Order: sequence, then C-alpha cells, then structure tokens
Amino acid sequence: MPVVELHELVKSYGPVMALRKLSLEIQQGSFFGLLGPNGSGKSTTLRILCTLLEPDSGEVIVAGENALKNPRNVRRKIGYVAQEVAIDKILTGRELLQLHGDLYHLRRVHREERIKTLIEQLDMHQWIDRRSGSYSGGMRRRIDLASGLMHEPDLLVLDEPTVGLDIESRSTIWSLLKDLHKAGKTILLSSHYLEEVDELADNMAIIDAGRVIAHGTPDELKKELGLNRVTLKVREFSNEIEGEKIKELIKDLDGFHDVVVNRAQGFSLNFFVDKKDALPILRTQLKEKGYDIFAISESRPSLDDVYLKSTGKTLLDAELEVANKRDLKKEAKQAMR
Amino acid sequence: MSKSFPSPSSSSSLTNKEETFSQIYQEVFALTKRLFLQLFRRPSTLVAGIIQPMIWLVLFGALFENAPINLLPGGIAYGKFLGAGIIVFTAFSGALNAGLPVMFDREFGFLNRLLVAPLRSRSSIVISSVIYIATISILQSVVIMGAAFLLGYGLPSFFGILLVLITLLILVFGVTALSLGLAFILPGHIELIAVIFVANLPLLFASTALVPISFMPTWLGWLAALNPLTFAIEPIRAAYSGSLNLGSVLVHAPYGEVNGYGCLLLLTILTTGLFIGIRPLLNRKLI
Repeated sequence: MPVVELHELVKSYGPVMALRKLSLEIQQGSFFGLLGPNGSGKSTTLRILCTLLEPDSGEVIVAGENALKNPRNVRRKIGYVAQEVAIDKILTGRELLQLHGDLYHLRRVHREERIKTLIEQLDMHQWIDRRSGSYSGGMRRRIDLASGLMHEPDLLVLDEPTVGLDIESRSTIWSLLKDLHKAGKTILLSSHYLEEVDELADNMAIIDAGRVIAHGTPDELKKELGLNRVTLKVREFSNEIEGEKIKELIKDLDGFHDVVVNRAQGFSLNFFVDKKDALPILRTQLKEKGYDIFAISESRPSLDDVYLKSTGKTLLDAELEVANKRDLKKEAKQAMR
Repeated sequence: MSKSFPSPSSSSSLTNKEETFSQIYQEVFALTKRLFLQLFRRPSTLVAGIIQPMIWLVLFGALFENAPINLLPGGIAYGKFLGAGIIVFTAFSGALNAGLPVMFDREFGFLNRLLVAPLRSRSSIVISSVIYIATISILQSVVIMGAAFLLGYGLPSFFGILLVLITLLILVFGVTALSLGLAFILPGHIELIAVIFVANLPLLFASTALVPISFMPTWLGWLAALNPLTFAIEPIRAAYSGSLNLGSVLVHAPYGEVNGYGCLLLLTILTTGLFIGIRPLLNRKLI
C-alpha cells in the first residue's frame, strides 16, 4: 500500500520551474531515497509533502489523506526533519522535545515516556539537559531528528539529513535510520550523496530539473545498465602509444564498449563489458599479441553511472551547472514563511 | 485565522469542542512558556525595558522642574504629566518589538518546525505572542507607576489603576498585531528593525506624551489628535488627575473635543481594525 502518492506536481517560483509534473509513489515500510543534484527540486517536493508549500497543481496523498484538503491530518502522520537545523538555542534539548510533544498534543505522561525512549535511542543522556546553543552539529541533528520522531509518525521525511556532518555523527544517524526502518517505519530521505542513498535506501528515484528520470531499487537501476566497468593496466606506467594500440585491439573484440585511454591513471584502459566470459577472452587475446596484464579490476555500475546514463552528465557536473544558476538568496526567502 | 478541521476521533460535538479547547490551551501554553523561558534566560531586554522608562521619568521629568508653575493646564507638575506618556510609550515600544522573535523564527527555520506540527489553530502562534507582550507591558507599567509614586507624583485610585491596565491592553493588542503582521510581510529582521526605528520616536513626539496639544502648532496638533497613542495617554493621565471622570473632555483636538469614552472607543476600533487587517496576511502565511 502506498503511504505517499504525489501526482503530477507542478511548482514554479516566478519564471523558474521547480517541479514539472513530478509523480512519485512510496510504499509502506520502504526506505525511499530521493537522489538528485542541488536545485533539482528535492526540497520543494518534500516541503509540499509536509504541507509547508502548496503546489501550483497536482495531488498529494499521505496515508490516504489529501494533504491539500486536510493538511492538519497529514501533519499528524509525518515527522519532518528540515535541511536547516531548526532548534531554539536558548532551550535545552529536553525542553525542545517537550515543546514539540505539546504541539502534537501528546498527553504529559506519554510525552515524558517518548522523551525517555528517544534519549535512549539517540544516546543523548550526556547533554539533553544542556542548552542546545552549546551543541555540536551532530547533537543538533540528533535533537532535530528526535523532535521529528516525538509523535511516532507513520512517515519520517528527512531533507538531506547528513549534509555537512562529521563522519561519526553521520554514521550514528545512518545506524539510527537503519534501526527505525527495521522497526517498520517508512522513511523518505533526500540526498545528493550517492553513497548515502546506496547504503540506506531500498527504493529510490532520481530527480533532475523537477521530474523523476529513473526509479526502482538501487540494484535494479544499476542492473538496468547491465554493463560492468573494467579498468586494465598492462604495466604500472604505460605510455600513450602503447595505450592506443591496446585500445584498438580491445575495440574490435565482441562485447567490449566505450574504450578510453585514461591519461590520469598512467594510460590505463577503461571500458564496459556486457558478457560474463569477456575477461578470459581478453586475457588470451592480449597474450597472443605479447601483452601481460599488470592489473585488472571489474566493478558493478554505481549510482553515478545510473545518473550519467539518465542525464548524460555526472552528478558532480550537474551540481556545478546549477550552482551557477541558483539564486540562493531567493531560495532562502522561499524557505521562509 | 483559525481553520477548524474535523477531528478524526470525535464521537460527539461536545467532546470535540472540549478536545479542541484543551489542545489549543496545550499549544498556546507551550508556545508562551517558550517565550518566557527565553526572557528569563536572556533577561537583558526585560532589564533594559525597565531601566529605560526610569531614565525617561527621572531625566526628562527633571527637565522642566523649574518651569513656571502654571505652565501646564490644571497646574500639575511636569513629572506627573509625563508619567502617563512614559507608561504608554513603553508599552507601545515593547509591543512594536513583538514581531522580532517571530521574524527570527522565520529566518532560522524554527517557524517551519512549528508549522509542520498539527496545531489546532495557527492563531496560537499569534496569541502566545500577545500574552507574552501584554504580561511584560503590565509588569513594566506597574514598575513605572511605583517609581512615579516614589518620585512624589501620587498613585491612581483602584479604578484608576484598572483603567490604566485596560487601556494598555487595548493598545498592546493592536500594536502587537501590527508588528506580527510586519514580521510576516517584511523580508528580514533588518527591515523590521528599520521600520520600528523610524516609527518609534516620531509617534512619541506627535502625541501628547511630552506636551499638551495647546503647546503645539496647528499642524502638529492635528497629528497628535489623530495619533492612537494620544487616545491611550489621555485616559491614563486622567486616572492620575485624582477625580476620575471618563465623561469629561480629555483631548482638545482641532476637529473637536473627545472625552474619555471617546478615547477608549477610538482605541478599540483601531485595535479591532488592525486585527482584522492582518488576518488575511496571517491566513496567507500560516495556512
């Protein structure tokens, strides 16, 4: 059963189209990763889902409730952890959680029980009664996450939860999210980190320029590409002439694609293979021509390859591209209510 | 401002109403508590808010100490005349600042945190600000009245004090609404502070806080007689004059004479108008 159904969402900020008929479905109990470069419409999608923003057109259904008609019922079902940490520095962590419990109308006893549980889960004993102004980035994230979990929502929505965090805090949050997912919680997480989505999500969509360009499980998406990536070296430091010669040789073989000489890696050869027994054949062929293999590595396609295949550019390039076009001041204003 | 949504667990309309009320109470209490925790842990604004009117009262009050005895209508001492002006001005400035915490919440994203919560009524955010500012204003005015008493300017009667508090509450409600409205329209705190800065002193000078209308040139008299602060100052001044009679003429405006009831009525109309005026704005921002 889908917990979230987004249907043909359109949203523009003035002349800028943030979402162009974006549709998405998230099944109950899944850990859904929304991958896309900065400025692709991830935050806008999540803000609409959490009733902070109204789309120009389209439909938003959360756990059977229409978010545009009954926003209050939807808010009760969602725990939202925004991109920017939103805490009141003057309050202690415990007071922040109490405030959120009251805003979700939890009964006092239940509220205190929840706080106790969350302190346990997120390991916050040491500092929960300190003012949050003194917290480190990781602590802030954890208290923010705890706020989102206070009312035991059906769906936890996280907008780039580990951006700018140290490795230790990141792994704490990752393992907590994994535990929550194991316990049956549906989680929707946006990220522009490939490895984050690869590590956590069991379902994902890639969005680019305001629409979904690919969706499925991370493995399915990678399998769809079908090809394995291979790096080959005939000696530790080869040269251009030798590299080009081998390139010509491999190019003519059946089942080898996109052969390039990689200057940066000592004129090694990069290519894709689509057959299981391709490498033994290559080995024999090379031997016949008098080449030994110094090193060879084969890897499954990464999500970056998936992104490359769908958009024709790498995620990094896509980010650099939008980075120049983005009006961050305007975006900050849009996020403000 | 408020939108009522059907409660999923409502069995009868009575329990539904009770539940709505207790939920609104819970959220307003929690939001107000937060504002007071901020105040107690960062008391500098409260301390400054009490010291500043004291300075006005002592320094500005002493300015006309040796002025001719019958300078002011009724021959009252200038310090006593000034007291009402300081009380109103202090409450006015405090209320005008009410939007600042909301603006900071907008800028830091904390408002979004409040807005993703299923608040029974989003007016709770506005109501908690009004409760907070009104409490501080009353505290300040009690301190000012105490200081004025120690300076020998006397105390209003019991009904006089009641009148002071009621007048202040009406003024504070209206100005707080205005400030919250501005906090939602203006792009950032710099702009809000600029508006507060520009509005503050001219409104003080163009009122009867410092001198009566009879001292002013006609054009300024007109401004003072239209200034809402004047309609708050004069009833409070009347409360200090000994025999409290709201039926007597308090403002000798160029367009006519306004008695005490008239002042309170105009003030109430203005406050109601401001509340109605910002409603569409809050509706738009707080849906």
